[in-house]
Amino acid sequence: MSGIPHDHYEPKTRGEKWLHSRLPIVGLLYDTIMIPTPKNLNWMWIWGIILTFCLALQIVTGIVLVMHYTPHVDMAFASVEHIMRNVNGGYMLRYLHMNGASLFFIAVYAHIFRGLYYGSYKAPREITWIIGMLIFLAMMGTGFMGYVLPWGQMSFWGATVITGLFGAIPFIGDSIQTWLLGGPAVDNATLNRFFSLHYLLPFVIVGLVAVHIWAFHTTGNNNPTGVEVRRGSKAEAEKDTVPFWPYFVIKDLFALAVILVVFWAIVGFMPNYLGHPDNYIEANPLVTPAHIVPEWYFLPFYAILRAFTSEVWVVQIASFITGGIIDAKFFGVLAMFGAIAVMAIVPWLDTSSVRSGRYRPMFKWWFWLLVIDFFALMWLGAMPAEEPYATFSLIASAYWFAYFLVILPIMGVIEKPDPQPATIEEDFEAHYGKTADAGNDAATAPAE
Amino acid sequence: MIKQLALSAALALAPVASFAAGDEEQHIEDFAFSFEGPFGTYDQQQLQRGLQIYTEVCAACHGMRYVPLRTLADKDGVGLSDVAVRAYAALNFEVFDPELDDFRPAKPTDHFPANDAVGAPDLSLMAKARAGFHGPYGLGLNQLFKGMGGAEYIASLLNGYTGEEKEEAGTILYENTAFAGGWISMAPPLSDDLVEFADGRASTVRNMSEDVSAFLMWAAEPKMMARKQAGFVGVLFLTLLSVLLYLTNKRIWAPIKGKKTA
Repeated sequence: MSGIPHDHYEPKTRGEKWLHSRLPIVGLLYDTIMIPTPKNLNWMWIWGIILTFCLALQIVTGIVLVMHYTPHVDMAFASVEHIMRNVNGGYMLRYLHMNGASLFFIAVYAHIFRGLYYGSYKAPREITWIIGMLIFLAMMGTGFMGYVLPWGQMSFWGATVITGLFGAIPFIGDSIQTWLLGGPAVDNATLNRFFSLHYLLPFVIVGLVAVHIWAFHTTGNNNPTGVEVRRGSKAEAEKDTVPFWPYFVIKDLFALAVILVVFWAIVGFMPNYLGHPDNYIEANPLVTPAHIVPEWYFLPFYAILRAFTSEVWVVQIASFITGGIIDAKFFGVLAMFGAIAVMAIVPWLDTSSVRSGRYRPMFKWWFWLLVIDFFALMWLGAMPAEEPYATFSLIASAYWFAYFLVILPIMGVIEKPDPQPATIEEDFEAHYGKTADAGNDAATAPAE
Repeated sequence: MIKQLALSAALALAPVASFAAGDEEQHIEDFAFSFEGPFGTYDQQQLQRGLQIYTEVCAACHGMRYVPLRTLADKDGVGLSDVAVRAYAALNFEVFDPELDDFRPAKPTDHFPANDAVGAPDLSLMAKARAGFHGPYGLGLNQLFKGMGGAEYIASLLNGYTGEEKEEAGTILYENTAFAGGWISMAPPLSDDLVEFADGRASTVRNMSEDVSAFLMWAAEPKMMARKQAGFVGVLFLTLLSVLLYLTNKRIWAPIKGKKTA
């Protein structure tokens, strides 16, 4: 499967040969788990395993929760309380599922920014990146619909606001919104279809994850240097890599265990910290909450959505050119989806020939500014839509687009990169010294 | 590496931004409740006093539809005996039984009744449906250190009456420093010596407000003590697992990493 030369599975016993000639599943698993992995991967390469764990956790807890949940506007809220009070261990299941979504998004944002810093999106890993973005979108859809299911005030009003975005689409918006909701407003039909899709989408994500892994197992992992693994021969490749099992499996499991200590402490000691108190009030279409705030993981994009008001000149120009078809609301919707779209096409926006940000002196500054920008947007998304937050949101949103559409393309041309190591082995040895049996290796320089 | 750790840490803390700034004029006092923090537990005596206040005062207008009466016997909560729960239910509440087509005294298997008589909100989840603390700057860090503050909110509200009243559209509103907007339609429900505690605790408004808030916290989160216990066991074992995996990881990587030459 991998382009990096390595040992493949050889069936030995008669039984193994019998199976292998009919279904090479053991070979597939062997190649997957023994994939040569750059040995210089740092701690930012742990998030893939964390994400896999999150997906499994959400599916397992979710399936059990469904056994006790009732998707009906009159019973949903009460059935969640039934889970919390009467189902054995139900309160843990529900809090794990609730906070599991947050862990999922913390991990996915870390994973995405890892990719942005080390240039993991660049050729030949564009497909991996695009599929990753699709997974991210599916996660957002799943998270959003899952938040509606407890049928609290924020569930209801969040659903009303977000589905209202589709109503902003010119001409056909109202029809689309009605079609999505299954009626003129958020009601039982909406709850039912969100429940159905919230159950379906995680399995779509499982499929996408398989393709995501397939894609980067074909190209090989990126690594902190961005330098490719040498593929001339198996011996050469083995100087740059170690098999995924056991080296990275154990490393990743260690990282997972540490993260789970924190996660478990949050679930055990402050499970409602990341939620909104209003969601413990049953949905009431007649009472609008004082502040409608989405879950924290949507806040950066929510801030971008709200930033483009009718006072912004870009919006006014867009409105003028299109004869009012693109109004401020629709512009905001386009901006929100555009913010993810520009991230998705970053493989073709970044013109630098150097992959890893580690060797790009200018890039580093802009990248960390983007990270700060992301947190600023997250904070602004939670603030009321008034000054000075509106101006800040606009500036922060503008930077988000500028980074991808202007800074990355130009920087690749004008930036003078730092020297990169010739091989992964060289980088690894600069960090950790030579291996004990380096004397056997005639190709490397003599030891000290 | 440090940068990456900082990024991870920042990401981990990021969620605190999810809380909108509260109305700054609301004054929520930081009461010291026994159930705060990872080690906090419910004070059974206090919950029983709170139950008494709920029954004698609050229940006149407020229902608690999601709380099963039988849970009053939970050892990690109010801790009444089964006999006491049966007596309490039968004595205090009547429920409509569709099979009898009539009202009958409540049984432990029933829930606290709903009460929509005057439109007062249900109190089952009130202690989780309000936040006591926000800020600073909408970052929600106070909630990290002081808890969400639902019980504090309720206690502050019960203590927050200034004595001012006004009439608006035929309704009398009472000024309250803890209530959003400052004016609430609920008349001050507590007054000194309104109830008589069996354990001799002075029934001042402040004492009563603390006790009933603690009780409502239990009503909203009856499994808190079991949850915290699960939290401890989990954290302990996961820490142990982390140490073992750290050592395993160090050991399997040792031959790959070799010795530092620098």
